[in-house]
Amino acid sequence: MNRTDAITLLPLIVVAGTSVLAMLATAVRRSHVFTLCMTLAGLAAAFGCAWPAGARAPRQVTALLIIDDYSLFYFRLLIAAVFAIAILTYDYLRKRDLHREELYILLLIATVGAMVLVASSHFASFFLGLETLSISLYAMIAYLRRPRPVEAGIKYLVLAAGSAAFLLFGMALVYADLGTMEFARMAQLLPGTPGDALLISGMVLIITGIGFKLAVVPFHLWTPDVYEGAPAPVSAFIATVSKGAMFALLLRYFYSAGALANRHIALIFTIIAIASMIAGNLLALLQNNVKRILAYSSIAHMGYLLVAFLVGGEFAVDAVTFYLVAYFVTTLGAFGVISVMSGGDGEPEQLEDYRGLFWRQPALAGVFTVMLLSLAGIPVTAGFIGKFYIVAAGASSARWALILILVISSVIGLFYYLRLVAAMYATPDKEPAAATMPAAFIGGAVLAALTCVLLWLGVYPNPVLRMIENVFPK
Amino acid sequence: MILIWLITILLASGVAAWMIARWSVLAARWIALVATLADFVITLVVWLRHYGQFSIVVQGNWLEQLDWAWIPRFGIHFHLALDGLSLLLLMLTFFLGIVSVLVSWTEIQHAEGFFHLNLLWVLAGITGVFLAVDLFLFYFAWELMLVPMYFLIAIWGHERRQYASVKFFIFTQLSGLLMLIAILALYFAHHAATGVYTFEYKQLLATPLSSSAAWWIMLGFFVAFAVKLPAVPVHTWLPDAHTEAPTAGSIVLAGLLLKTGAYGLLRFVVPLFPGAAHQFAPIAMILGVIGILYGGVLAFGQTDFKRLVAYTSVSHLGFVLLGIFAWNELALEGAVVTMIAHGISTGALFVIAGLLQDRMQTRDMGRMSGLWSTMPRLSGAGLFFALGSLGLPGLGDFVGEFLVLLGTYPVSRLLTILAAVGVLVATFYALRLVQRAFHGANVHEWKLPDLVKREALILAPMVVLLLWLGLYPLPVLNTFKPAMKSLQQYASRPMREAK
Repeated sequence: MNRTDAITLLPLIVVAGTSVLAMLATAVRRSHVFTLCMTLAGLAAAFGCAWPAGARAPRQVTALLIIDDYSLFYFRLLIAAVFAIAILTYDYLRKRDLHREELYILLLIATVGAMVLVASSHFASFFLGLETLSISLYAMIAYLRRPRPVEAGIKYLVLAAGSAAFLLFGMALVYADLGTMEFARMAQLLPGTPGDALLISGMVLIITGIGFKLAVVPFHLWTPDVYEGAPAPVSAFIATVSKGAMFALLLRYFYSAGALANRHIALIFTIIAIASMIAGNLLALLQNNVKRILAYSSIAHMGYLLVAFLVGGEFAVDAVTFYLVAYFVTTLGAFGVISVMSGGDGEPEQLEDYRGLFWRQPALAGVFTVMLLSLAGIPVTAGFIGKFYIVAAGASSARWALILILVISSVIGLFYYLRLVAAMYATPDKEPAAATMPAAFIGGAVLAALTCVLLWLGVYPNPVLRMIENVFPK
Repeated sequence: MILIWLITILLASGVAAWMIARWSVLAARWIALVATLADFVITLVVWLRHYGQFSIVVQGNWLEQLDWAWIPRFGIHFHLALDGLSLLLLMLTFFLGIVSVLVSWTEIQHAEGFFHLNLLWVLAGITGVFLAVDLFLFYFAWELMLVPMYFLIAIWGHERRQYASVKFFIFTQLSGLLMLIAILALYFAHHAATGVYTFEYKQLLATPLSSSAAWWIMLGFFVAFAVKLPAVPVHTWLPDAHTEAPTAGSIVLAGLLLKTGAYGLLRFVVPLFPGAAHQFAPIAMILGVIGILYGGVLAFGQTDFKRLVAYTSVSHLGFVLLGIFAWNELALEGAVVTMIAHGISTGALFVIAGLLQDRMQTRDMGRMSGLWSTMPRLSGAGLFFALGSLGLPGLGDFVGEFLVLLGTYPVSRLLTILAAVGVLVATFYALRLVQRAFHGANVHEWKLPDLVKREALILAPMVVLLLWLGLYPLPVLNTFKPAMKSLQQYASRPMREAK
């Protein structure tokens, strides 16, 4: 590894280094504010390092990692998201009496895992990144060490370990068939193999592993419990960074290896997409817990993303990338509201907690409304442009059936978003049992920034569209 | 440039009203009033300035336009344009906007700032719909109307507001998404034929489509507009939404939102897909006639004042649907005049319903009776607008419905006869309304205050306009005629079939 390699890897190295430094600093003296500042500084530095790295891209660093415009774009996206999550975490932990500093260390390690996933071009780095991400997540989910978070953590641990085993077995089968673990090499070999049983079963097992992380139907069962049990900022991390990184990898792996050309694989993804859209939206209807509603809604959103992914063609990658950006901003905002609203001893989870919120805290309710409307894909929000892009991608290759299902299931989705909105604007008949804490300045600032980005993306998405236009290696 | 001001004035003063309501509710009301008034004056000036030269539209020009690149990645432009048709509808929009603000002056007593924000923003969305000639922008504005309207019903509505608002939102959103698919299908068909990605109305007019593609895409548009119009059988959201909305919301819904559906049919469905629309015309006209009769009969059976008026809308808009798909000069003129006259007369009936509700806390006509003895002026106004609604010659609705019938006659005699029966049904429900509410003995011994100055000030211009439209509709006809002619030209251009 020479100097150029090191520079291209700088974003990764800086984030990893920050986690080590934070750990050492915590060993010397605990300070919540200091750890936060260190985390933020490290993330900002890593974000800045994307530019010198970009000047040298695309570059294959060892067989494991590829740093190209695509990786760098997702690096920036992930880092920016973690930046927001770190601040929300501060706001969240501030009100709680426990060791706070370790969560930042775990957050940084998980981020390293997600970044490795995004940049991986080899099964080994794929698996390493995935495990780095997952193992930190086990601890992050159970961080509060109360019955429910611990239950959620164990649930995630058992299922993630199981799915990792599936993934590993799948990789072994593919390796046995093709004799390589590099994505680029597979792309050369795949057209020659007409898709024998070994390869297909390997692929299917890999899809199982990926599907678990994305929480698409039928691998979604953990999602509501984990979202509900985990602290709100950690749920935000799972919903955005963890899923986003996995989707970026999915795109790179299946597009660069050309595996979607196989009609069995395409069929499996079609079924998963349809099932996720419908089941996610229908199941969300039955919930009264806001975090569970968001969990099911995220399942449906992964379904929408898969629609664009399936379409392929010139629109698809851009559509997926833009949608992910919009989804990141929106989901962070939604969980941000929950996190900011939560007091020292719990989170406002039930629909009832939000009844009449607009009359008590109009700004917070306004932000939440905008986020929910964005999830529902209503104009002026980023979610609208994202949905438009996906439907356009589908229409560009005449996938009418898929689009129609998307449209109908998203209308079903409207019901529960509107239920939440209606609750917030309902005139309260009684005084709320527990007065919600006034939003702290720092958490409020994150929410305000996210709202601005959301509206900017919804009204004038052009700069971002141009940015992502040429990101994917053609 | 003047077009962007129409929208920004509304958006900005909406926010301003919201902010300032914290300190002074009265200031918020005045801001909203001044904003709608300013927009109305602007459109009036535009009207007077262009009066006598509306025919430039026929040569493919717009009266005013504004064209900015917005999202070049998709060939999307921020393109607003004005012709005689949109000008008239805009004037109606701002006129009813003023009425809505005035009528809410005492009715809305909580969260006044947020109310005016929503009211002005829904007007802004409607303005966008009437002005957009880029299909993406059109869809954007179309969807944008929904959210503030939803809030207007859900927060300030009556007893069953949650149910009504969600139903309204879901109906329009689903149909809107179908239209989005249709727009995108047209967009890609245009690209396939010409290699150009564009949402521009005039360019898309020339898209060659196979007849089956044109049929499906046309249907996508039609469903969206039929839900808004509303045409039977997708009208069921309307009685709920109209009944539960606050008075201002009912006025905006009946007077304006329904008109966006009719406008969409006129501007997009027939000109973009003349062949398919021609094939579809018999079905659409039958739906129109069913709407006329069904709406009228149901209106006759209502006991709730607002619900009765809501069903009359189904009936009146049936005439519009019939006239549009008869697609000849007379019928089209009739359709547009009906749109305008219905906006005024139904808007006024909702004002009266609101005034009654304000005084009596009920909309149930069983509990009214003999109101004339206690509120002669208000009851007189009620009689006047009910007569307008039943199509009394000399008032605006008559001109519109008469022209529609005249234009439909050569197309289909049977449908004309059935539609004419609808006019008769209108007589029944309108007279029943007057009899039950205003005539008879004052058995419940109501003692109520008559119209105050502000309320009279709202109703008087509506009376004048309705009379003017009924007695001397020529200036209005002259304004939109050239626009209709150019739409007819688009629709009758030589058909280019795709290979």
